[in-house]
Amino acid sequence: MRQKPAVHIIDDEIIAPLGWGTSANLTQIKQRQTAIKEHKISVENFYYAALFEEEKIQQNFDNLSFSKAEDFTKLEKLFLLTVHHLLERNPINLEETVLIISTTKGNVELLEKAENSIPEKSKLYSLGKTVQKYFNLKNEPITLSNACISGGLGLSVGKRLLEENAYKNALVLGGDVVSKFTRSGFQLLQAMDSEICKPYDKNRKGINLGEAAAGVLLSTEKQNSKIQIVGEATANDANHISGPSRTGEGLVKVISSALNEAHLEASAIDCISAHGTATLYNDAMEAQAFGRLNLQQKPLTSYKAYYGHTFGASALIESILSIKSLQQNLLFPSLGCEKIGVEPSLNIQQNLEEKKLKYALKTASGFGGCNFAMIFKNLKYA
Amino acid sequence: MHKNHQISASIILRNHQVIFNGKVIFETAEDLELPAFLKACYQDLKIDYAKFYKMDLLSKLGFIASEYLAKDRKLNAETALILQNSAGSLETDLDYQESILDENAFASPSVFVYTLPNIVLGELSIRHQLQTENAFFISEKFDASFLIVYLQNLFSTNKANAAICGWLDLDKEGYNVFLSLITKDEKGKALTAENLKENYEQFKTRA
Repeated sequence: MRQKPAVHIIDDEIIAPLGWGTSANLTQIKQRQTAIKEHKISVENFYYAALFEEEKIQQNFDNLSFSKAEDFTKLEKLFLLTVHHLLERNPINLEETVLIISTTKGNVELLEKAENSIPEKSKLYSLGKTVQKYFNLKNEPITLSNACISGGLGLSVGKRLLEENAYKNALVLGGDVVSKFTRSGFQLLQAMDSEICKPYDKNRKGINLGEAAAGVLLSTEKQNSKIQIVGEATANDANHISGPSRTGEGLVKVISSALNEAHLEASAIDCISAHGTATLYNDAMEAQAFGRLNLQQKPLTSYKAYYGHTFGASALIESILSIKSLQQNLLFPSLGCEKIGVEPSLNIQQNLEEKKLKYALKTASGFGGCNFAMIFKNLKYA
Repeated sequence: MHKNHQISASIILRNHQVIFNGKVIFETAEDLELPAFLKACYQDLKIDYAKFYKMDLLSKLGFIASEYLAKDRKLNAETALILQNSAGSLETDLDYQESILDENAFASPSVFVYTLPNIVLGELSIRHQLQTENAFFISEKFDASFLIVYLQNLFSTNKANAAICGWLDLDKEGYNVFLSLITKDEKGKALTAENLKENYEQFKTRA
């Protein structure tokens, strides 16, 4: 078989209510600070979520040269800012670069005002067009919408296209914002905790909503990168459209497949950034899957109690945090698990801990029965 | 590039016609509402699958198309599902949006679940018991070149042995469905972007 080029992580960016820029996010995580707060909908109705202060986005956005060029949506501003930060630090050849956008609902809030005509910006592909226009990207952007694995799948798609030598670089973006649309839906599903969420805890009651954007620059040119994607896969549970397989069929399959691609045994994994939404069924399913692969003792972190569930951004942000763990040789604390409530018991990372880390596993699962796994390698220990 | 894989079958749902490998195999009057057309197809297929009635229209379209495509054959257990469209889950999004704006309407959690375009991939996976690679892409137009590169990677890394890929779109203007079955070591057209595109372009108007 033809040798495929290796795919390296060149740079990353997280813009979230928790912090502006990846390092600001890490500062908060190291201090176990959450961005989730109570937000009032009406006098008697409230919910917990991690939401942006609109002024903060606007202040930063006003610095972009084209900020007044049209009426941008919140998510467009977040994506444009993410790309701006990444391109400012990395002067890449845009002719050899593909833009990949992961989002579940894009600018869905525009439908609230849609009367007879559908606003063009409510189409998900319009986000790619906006970014393409303002950064003069030559190649047609790729947009995907694959529920809660979207951000991770974006990295997989980038890696796959680079492996086929279709492009030299991939700029992978993930993002979603909180709207009445998603909030009311998760309320109807009774899937939200009325406090800060508690991943893997005995008393976990559901998710918190969150909004964020993130970006990762991938390249087949190593540059100074010390992190490589060595395995990844997606798989469907083929079980239920809105609940996971109880035995974690799809998750077991994607982890096995990613290990296989990386030529690794499960024992080689040093840490896991899991999905950990804090719903009863998701967390129970993950424990089953990790147990079946004998990964239950590996230090595991859920970041949902810092960010809420940021949907299209979540698996990308959490991949970035896996990468940061490897780069800094640090296990980051998982928030919200006081008494473990899954079977088999998992090794939830409670504190910031220094450790030599070579391989990090990122996983995610979502509606539609989809599952995702990716393994990052720290080349410092190659 | 794809020495071992071919386009072994294609299905088109357009203008209330079902076109299998270039031949009209079922049709109804064009003035039928879409749900009635889909129900007629379901009856034509002579299947019994209660979940069909719970699906949103995008999932029903994908379900019916894949039933015709996979009729009389067992799909390979490693058949990836790779779909594209331009409207995402827009029609169901609009239904749900209406239900949360109108205080007298009943907003339904099961409608909300269908406001993700990849739900149809879950429906097809369940129906054909495929625990395989899934992805739903959104693009303004059918992008055959992208699909070819993506499939090339899935096949050459052994992440899939076969695929159902294509275009599954529904908006106010109507529906437009084109799915191809890609398999290994079978008779069929060469798996190239040109051939996929040519198949897609057929039957834009009623035959």
